[in-house]
Amino acid sequence: MPMTITEKILALHSGRDSVSPGDFIEAKVDLALAHDVTGPIAIKMFYDTGVRNVFDRRKIVLVADHFVPNKDISAAQQVKRLREFAREQNLDYYFEGGEAGICHVILPEKGLVAPGQVIIGADSHTCTYGALGAFSTGVGSTDLAAVMATGEIWLKVPPTIQVNYTGARGPWVCGKDLILKTIGILGLDGAHYCALEYTGDAVKGLPMYQRFSMANMAIEAGAKNGIIEADETALNWLAGRSTSEPLILRSDPDARHEKRLTIDVDELEPQIAFPPSPADVRPLSGVDKITLDQVFIGSCTNGQIEDLSDAAAILKGKKTARGVRLIVIPGSPWIYRKAIEEGIIRIFLDAGAVIGPPCCGPCLGGHMGILAEGERAVSTTNRNFIGRMGHPKSEVYLANPYVAAASAVLGRIAGPEEL
Amino acid sequence: MSIEGKVWKFGDNVDTDLIIPARYINVSEPSELARTCFIDIMPEFSSNVSPGDVLVAGRNFGCGSSREHAPLAIRESGIRVIIANSFARIFYRNAFNIGLPLLESAEAADQLQAGGRVLVDLAAGRIESLDTGKVFSARPIPDFMQKLITDGGLVAHIRKRTTMRS
Repeated sequence: MPMTITEKILALHSGRDSVSPGDFIEAKVDLALAHDVTGPIAIKMFYDTGVRNVFDRRKIVLVADHFVPNKDISAAQQVKRLREFAREQNLDYYFEGGEAGICHVILPEKGLVAPGQVIIGADSHTCTYGALGAFSTGVGSTDLAAVMATGEIWLKVPPTIQVNYTGARGPWVCGKDLILKTIGILGLDGAHYCALEYTGDAVKGLPMYQRFSMANMAIEAGAKNGIIEADETALNWLAGRSTSEPLILRSDPDARHEKRLTIDVDELEPQIAFPPSPADVRPLSGVDKITLDQVFIGSCTNGQIEDLSDAAAILKGKKTARGVRLIVIPGSPWIYRKAIEEGIIRIFLDAGAVIGPPCCGPCLGGHMGILAEGERAVSTTNRNFIGRMGHPKSEVYLANPYVAAASAVLGRIAGPEEL
Repeated sequence: MSIEGKVWKFGDNVDTDLIIPARYINVSEPSELARTCFIDIMPEFSSNVSPGDVLVAGRNFGCGSSREHAPLAIRESGIRVIIANSFARIFYRNAFNIGLPLLESAEAADQLQAGGRVLVDLAAGRIESLDTGKVFSARPIPDFMQKLITDGGLVAHIRKRTTMRS
């Protein structure tokens, strides 16, 4: 039976020859993830199941990334619980302090992700790993507890929406713009319960870091997972990082897709998502003068080394506008070090930026750059809901790193062409 | 099981940041979470909600983050069932996993009014407005989810399974 890549991965992991959308299956999990916010509840629920030991101590990853360095006593208690559990269970992968960064940056970087895997994480942006041809999806703490106990998860096989990106990207247009445009077309629930499969020449031409941005934001259209078939770009990226044998799967040409969508990127401009919805997306040229108080460059969406170097290329020799706070947070310690070695951090510092330690930072309004009432920010992150980065009356505009950097210099939402 | 209570009404795309902002999820004790439930959009909710009340919302309720703190905060505040046009998928799983049932009915989500009284029969998926007498039927809960509820949530389901194995 013809199947999509998502269906093939799920069939293989549930011991079936084939699966169809709507089937309830129990799938074997290759990697399970939790962090300092979702982990503590998952740990409590895990012990409540009556199981004493995790199903496989090499397949569970805990990362302290949300409220670290511990922002207050409550956060410190949560991280402490994570650390204790990692010790109790003798887990191979627990990342904290100088080893930790944003979980969705760390896992691929450490070689823990491979094409064809099933990865379940207690974080909604777990869908990021689909960029490497894995099935990965976010769940809550109780689901994760069940995975830690049994090594399996119940799933409903999602129908697939295929998005075909054609044409050639213009300058300053990134994977971020492709996905923002897609979410703008689909809406916040346009891919409700579906797999979003990205394909076409414009995706095949994307470097790995921009593919991560695209898979990362599948959840913003309500999708279960976002996925790109692993190709030479993906395998080259994995070489030297992952030691797992990649399982390269492709959608059959006659696979059933619930919907097919084509987006031509020839004329696509950088996109801006207006608050309070990642689906209120407008082309940059249609944006009136919007003055800014803060610009944030980082997060699991745009915190890779190349994201930082893209922003630095715009900021080189320039200063942030008076009154604008620029915050830059590398996604991992490795990226931080590389950004220092490549002179990127110096460019940011010269421009007047504040550099934060690798963590989720102000993306979710946790700490390290909270917005006050009435303040406006451009952010390379993934969500701009009410109160997402601070006061309920603050505003967040989502953009790519080029636009974020240019906006920091001009003090208003702007593209690099205006510099 | 039947539930009778007051309707708390919300619109479309109520995200998890609106249900409980991230600045309040540095704790995981349910009673603490309930205090900040809907604090940014309906600050009066947590002090005025009564056990047995019913939450009614539009499309894509619970979109955004995977934080289980969101359904925990709602359950702990006393809400016994959420009726919506549709639910975001992670929220849907989380709610059933922690024993907070959800019903999908576009008509009920549209027509039930804030502050009204409603009677819900969970097993039958029957929703009755006690103000207008109008009866709505919710989409049937999938068998798989029914089994989870019968077992008492996912943790109890696993406990049962592992006990059977050993």
